[in-house]
Amino acid sequence: MAKFNKKKSGDLPAISTASLPDIVFMLLFFFMVATTMRETTLKIENKLPFADQVEKLDKKDLIMYIYIGKPQEAFQSKYGNESRIQLNDKFAELADIKSFIAAERASKREELVPFLTVALKVDEKANMGLVSDVKQELRKENALKINYTTKKGDISGNVKK
Amino acid sequence: MAKRSAPEVNAGSMADIAFLLLIFFLVTTTIETDTGLNRRLPPIDDEKVEPPIIREKNIFTVLINGKDQLMVEDELMELKDLRKAAVEFLDNGGGVDSQGNKCDYCNGKKDPASSDHPDKAIISLKNERETKYGTYISVQNELVAAYNQLRDRRAMDLYGKTLKEMEANYSDVNWVGNKENLKEKIEKIKIEYPQKLSEVQ
Repeated sequence: MAKFNKKKSGDLPAISTASLPDIVFMLLFFFMVATTMRETTLKIENKLPFADQVEKLDKKDLIMYIYIGKPQEAFQSKYGNESRIQLNDKFAELADIKSFIAAERASKREELVPFLTVALKVDEKANMGLVSDVKQELRKENALKINYTTKKGDISGNVKK
Repeated sequence: MAKRSAPEVNAGSMADIAFLLLIFFLVTTTIETDTGLNRRLPPIDDEKVEPPIIREKNIFTVLINGKDQLMVEDELMELKDLRKAAVEFLDNGGGVDSQGNKCDYCNGKKDPASSDHPDKAIISLKNERETKYGTYISVQNELVAAYNQLRDRRAMDLYGKTLKEMEANYSDVNWVGNKENLKEKIEKIKIEYPQKLSEVQ
């Protein structure tokens, strides 16, 4: 016994954590590749509905986003809990859509303007009334290409109530 | 001399650095959803154009009320039956199109009381202000699915491929084949089953 004790001390050898950085780096690279930087801060709840007949949106720079949904809890005292429109970083009224579209169009090169698409990111619990109003407003502005942004999945995932 | 291991560089804090980066990326990024249902809104006409006369039997009315119930052709319907009903309506082919051609690719019942031709068949989707957006999207999805189903069937019959595969081939740069030809084929199918889905305000 004493023969062995000479070489080794009594405590257990430490578990090697040498591969931990590799694992974490792997996770890091996954997230870097699979995600994009958040451009707008959402002030509304935005739980998109599911659909399975979806098409992919390409040309990310040619998309104007309009968000609709209930204000998040932090904003409810100020903005109430009815569905609201959010353009860029702030809450907007129906009338603001006109200037929003104009501003987006002005920021793009002229030949690309006809390809601009409006992506409607609407919370699944929002009422169609507001969405219809927005659609009407877009028709007035002649922004006719729209996309109802949805998550890919079965429609049974959509709320029934 | 006794066997001695080479001194190691201490990499213990590497994990901490990587975790820091990881958490930074987790917080600042989102997984962006970039899929959806593409639609085209009808333009607003300033001048009063006489709307074309469309016969009642060529219109398939879908109404969603404020309680998210579905009324299809004046009857209550469950969402799961909608796709089948829409396919039956579109594929009926009971009459002739605007040029007087019969629909020779329809597999429907040729019911004279239903739509004449896929070219004339229109689905009209109405909703109330209280309708939930989730339900509306479900219904839109089912109606688009009905069109896709018919187009896929036609594409299978003609070219032995679904429309989705053809479109994937078309956008694939490595695909070997005649792209012009393929585009024509895709267009042909889209013309045979045109997506006439009207969203009424």
